[in-house]
Amino acid sequence: MSDFEPKIVAFFCNWCTYGAADLAGVSRLEYPPNFRVVRLPCTGRLNPKFIMEAFKRGADGVWVSGCHPGDCHYIAGNYHARRKFILLHQLLESIGVEPDRLRFSWISSAEANKFQAIARDVVEHVKACGPNLAFRKEELKLGLAEVA
Amino acid sequence: MPALEDVAKKIRESAKRLLAEGRAEVVVGYRRGTIPLTTAPFFARTAEECDQLVWSNFARINLANYLPGRKKVALVAKGCDARSAVGQVVENQIPRDELYVIGVPCTGMVDNALVAAKEPRPIREVVETTDDSFTLKGEGYSVEVRKEEVLRRNCRTCAHRTPKLADELAAPEVPGATPDDFADIKALASKTPAERLAHFKDLIKDCLRCYACRNACPLCYCPICFVDETRPQWLGKSNDPMDTLTFHLLRGLHCSGRCTSCGACETVCPVNIKVREFNRILELTVQKEWQYEPGLSWDQKPPLTMFQTDDAAEFIK
Ligand code: SF4
Ligand code: SF4
Ligand code: FES
Repeated sequence: MSDFEPKIVAFFCNWCTYGAADLAGVSRLEYPPNFRVVRLPCTGRLNPKFIMEAFKRGADGVWVSGCHPGDCHYIAGNYHARRKFILLHQLLESIGVEPDRLRFSWISSAEANKFQAIARDVVEHVKACGPNLAFRKEELKLGLAEVA
Repeated sequence: MPALEDVAKKIRESAKRLLAEGRAEVVVGYRRGTIPLTTAPFFARTAEECDQLVWSNFARINLANYLPGRKKVALVAKGCDARSAVGQVVENQIPRDELYVIGVPCTGMVDNALVAAKEPRPIREVVETTDDSFTLKGEGYSVEVRKEEVLRRNCRTCAHRTPKLADELAAPEVPGATPDDFADIKALASKTPAERLAHFKDLIKDCLRCYACRNACPLCYCPICFVDETRPQWLGKSNDPMDTLTFHLLRGLHCSGRCTSCGACETVCPVNIKVREFNRILELTVQKEWQYEPGLSWDQKPPLTMFQTDDAAEFIK
């Protein structure tokens, strides 16, 4: 498992975490390259079906990150999102998604160091879960069997 | 123990009066089903048609499903259905003054799967006169069944059997049952993720994705359901297990904080899937986090339309 490099789909709010990733980059703070970033206008835009789609298409982990409560560019987007996340998180955990595969965080555009730390942490935890075999679609599993 | 016919009479009287007064243009209620152990939705628009309205131990479908967009409608509603109707008003699917609720205090509805387990022989006819038992008749047999033994799961734990917010009641009030303790849902916490996944995959393994559960649900009034979206297509059209699981998860989420446990979804499932398992996980969370139960007041705000600045979410770091 040691050479397993997870693919992680990251949903970042444009106004904060996305900026933090940029800042981490220009500040030359190294973080693992396992993320495929999807930029959201706000965490309020995150529809739970995006997360399911990521897992279905074979993502090994999903990371959602937005502005700290009180700092949303659209004032309340992340407050609404937080309620959705509470339900989504509970539901996915209850039906057997490993808690470490799905991460939520609040990272402001100034917190490059926090970004770096969490990025590393997310990769480490998803690695420990191993490849996503349970939540990908059958056709992808077939694809895997062919190349194996 | 009111006789079913007395309740039906009361429903018919009210229906006729509402039509005559012009308070309603249509009364949505139940009529006899064309096969045993069923009723069918019925739209009465004239006094003569009102005579077809019945009350039954098999009035399982939630007729609030027919409210969105309607005008001047009277609805025959059990406790759970009336709560759904309140939800429709709260969600602006129908104005309060276009709706009249004929509430029927309910002692629970029958689960046909339990009946079939008890009586495997073909059933030709059901005779029901009261709300506590009924008689099954078939080739050369006739057996009496006590309703208590074949109640639907959701009815066994229904705390809101009397439609408190109805405009009138067609029968005397009844006490609520002991509410769901969610013991099985709470017990999930002590299982491993792999065990939980196995449990839920097994639960839905027979799902045909016929979407009957969605169609029967009063909450599912979206003009285009996510399962039918094609650009992008969120759910494949085959019966890939992950698509099926995604359907049930998203369906559950869409109903969260709104589901009144009417059981219509489980009732219509052709393969007897306990669809509400997903809803119940969320119902428990909604109750725990926001102390909210849907359909209990005309002016409550659904939990996902609002927030508190200090909503607790320890898992977001
Ligand atoms: S009614 Fe039953 S079989 Fe049909 S989609 Fe719903 S759960 Fe699946
Ligand atoms: S999800 Fe099922 S139990 Fe809940 S309101 Fe819809 S049909 Fe009724
Ligand atoms: S703008 Fe970042 S969460 Fe709303």
